[in-house]
Amino acid sequence: MSRPVKAMNHALQIQGLRKSFGKTEIIRGIDLAIEAGDRIAIIGPNGAGKSTLFNLISGRLTPTSGEVLLNGQRIDGKTPYEINRLGLSRSFQITNIFPKLSVFENLRCGVLWSLGYRYTFLRFLSNMHDANERTEELLQQVGLARKRDVLAVNLTYAEQRALEIGVTIAGGASVILLDEPTAGMSKTETAHFIALIKQVTTGKTLLTVEHDMGVVFGLADKIAVVVYGEVIAFDTPAAVRANARVQEAYLGSSVADAQGQGH
Amino acid sequence: MVTSVVPMQRTRPLNMGRIIVWSLFALLLVAAPHVFTSSLALSMLTQMGYLIIILLSYNILLGQGGMLSFGHAVYTGMGAFIAIHTMNLATQGKVPVPLVLIPLVGGLGGMAIAILLGFVTTKKSGTTFAMITLGIGELVASMSLMFPGFFGGEGGVTTNRTYGNPFLGFTFGPQIQVYYLIAFYCFICTALMFAFTGTPLGRILNAVRDNPERVEFIGYNTQRVRYFAFIIAGFFAGIGGGLSAINFEIVNASDSLSGARSGGYLLFAFLGGATVFFGPIIGAVLLVFASVMLSELTKAWLLYLGLIFLFMVMFAPGGVASLIMMNLRVARFGRFRPFWLLYLGLILTGGVMAVGAAALVEMVYHVQLNSALGPEVGFAGLTLDTSRIGSWLGAAAVALVGLGLLELVRRRFARVWGEAQEAIQAEVKRLENE
Repeated sequence: MSRPVKAMNHALQIQGLRKSFGKTEIIRGIDLAIEAGDRIAIIGPNGAGKSTLFNLISGRLTPTSGEVLLNGQRIDGKTPYEINRLGLSRSFQITNIFPKLSVFENLRCGVLWSLGYRYTFLRFLSNMHDANERTEELLQQVGLARKRDVLAVNLTYAEQRALEIGVTIAGGASVILLDEPTAGMSKTETAHFIALIKQVTTGKTLLTVEHDMGVVFGLADKIAVVVYGEVIAFDTPAAVRANARVQEAYLGSSVADAQGQGH
Repeated sequence: MVTSVVPMQRTRPLNMGRIIVWSLFALLLVAAPHVFTSSLALSMLTQMGYLIIILLSYNILLGQGGMLSFGHAVYTGMGAFIAIHTMNLATQGKVPVPLVLIPLVGGLGGMAIAILLGFVTTKKSGTTFAMITLGIGELVASMSLMFPGFFGGEGGVTTNRTYGNPFLGFTFGPQIQVYYLIAFYCFICTALMFAFTGTPLGRILNAVRDNPERVEFIGYNTQRVRYFAFIIAGFFAGIGGGLSAINFEIVNASDSLSGARSGGYLLFAFLGGATVFFGPIIGAVLLVFASVMLSELTKAWLLYLGLIFLFMVMFAPGGVASLIMMNLRVARFGRFRPFWLLYLGLILTGGVMAVGAAALVEMVYHVQLNSALGPEVGFAGLTLDTSRIGSWLGAAAVALVGLGLLELVRRRFARVWGEAQEAIQAEVKRLENE
């Protein structure tokens, strides 16, 4: 798995990242270098700072100190929309879509900026064939073609999660962050969903926060283990599984569970 | 609530339904003064014309952008002032603007004010936005007293619209000619504002309304989306203001810029229906009926208006337009039949209750305001004697009986309605999975 490390090849590089809320330091110096095209799973106990890390990378929060580089460019301190325009897109743990717009409109909103339509109010959406074609493609990709004109609020939970992924990838970002994409799903839905994620993120760099160990070992090229705001291990699934410190600090029985499931 | 602001637009070159609706709208605007020929009707139709523009512009903020503004009168009022000063300058020959372009001047004026004040206003969304609009509304209203040169003090600014050469033979002296000028602008502006809902900015504005945070993560600066929409709303508000200046030939700050005026726009955009594009058009019609006819009929009209608003918020938060849309949906699935009788029942029992309650209200108002004229008050062709306990008990009895019957019908209605909705849901599911 391990390829020769070339600094310029890093899709995402995090250096000395820290974040404090008042006196409490939640992220306590994280360094990570993620190669383009890798699928990374971030695991760790509740409250370890996984979601905070995502919020720092995606611009929802501003780091207290440290740097985040996207394709070699500093993005820490930038706004979410600036970061998104540079090619990083994220989904949310709690479904975060446009409830009163149809599935099609939800996806098209995600497409518009990347095709350069910006704040246009002098042209009709219905004439923007590239945007509409791309949206139809996305509908097929996330398996919601039959729900095209249904309002997002009327979708089932699993469908809303799929739409969430669709909106996230709509703009064609090269780095995708998924925050617990399978949270709250049944086993069969999860399996189906992992296949979907794999398919739609082909050729992209993927970071995902995940609790389900079966999902983690099935999806990830590498795993980063976050405990108390620090990365205690960042390696291939096999190496992480064998890592004594990880087992001691966090995994324990859940690794055995995952192996028991045939991974 | 299952109605979205904008109906789905598939890429069809010719949309017959839409062409028919717009033709009917144009026909209605042209024919209305020939059907309702009294001067009161003409005056009301004229007011409806520019109020449609104003309420639709307000709904760009409220319905499409989720921005609850308490200060829309700032933009209509400033548009009106800028328009009326331009008219006076044109009369003196200082600027060459014909009357037919005055509404555009008002629009540009409203837009300029929106560019200026909107930058601060749209920095925030939600409650903060509402508070800022309230503050700016009060600020501008109080400023009007400090600059009597521009705002004309308590007397306001007056003008004469019949300046310059006639335009295509129109002098715009007669009210009917003013009506057609306003009707023309009404149609164009309505069409433009509808077109706006089908553009990228219009759609992203809906997304900002639904979920501003998510919009930030798909590349859009939500503040800028709100700002641009605010400017566009200011433009159309200014056109509406300019038309009102032409209509009345006077603009008065204490009225045109007042918080009460802003509140009226909010109230009636909501009553008409903020969730459907055409809702505010209904709102504009209701606003004119309320302010012209209801206010003639009774001194307690604001009380009735408040009650209507209250019931609307509680029972039909989507306004009249959403009631229409929901019933059309039921009809489309062929389930409207039982509702004819139920609606008749609701109207009759509700009417009985309203008559009783209104009699009580009128008697109270009479005792408080007009008791010097004697104890008797005329009500719906009857004469009620406020000095006799029987009048009070009678009115109360009518109101209570009406209320009781209304509740009975309402329960039955709610049950049948629920059943119809469930059946429709099942039907929709079945169609989706076909």
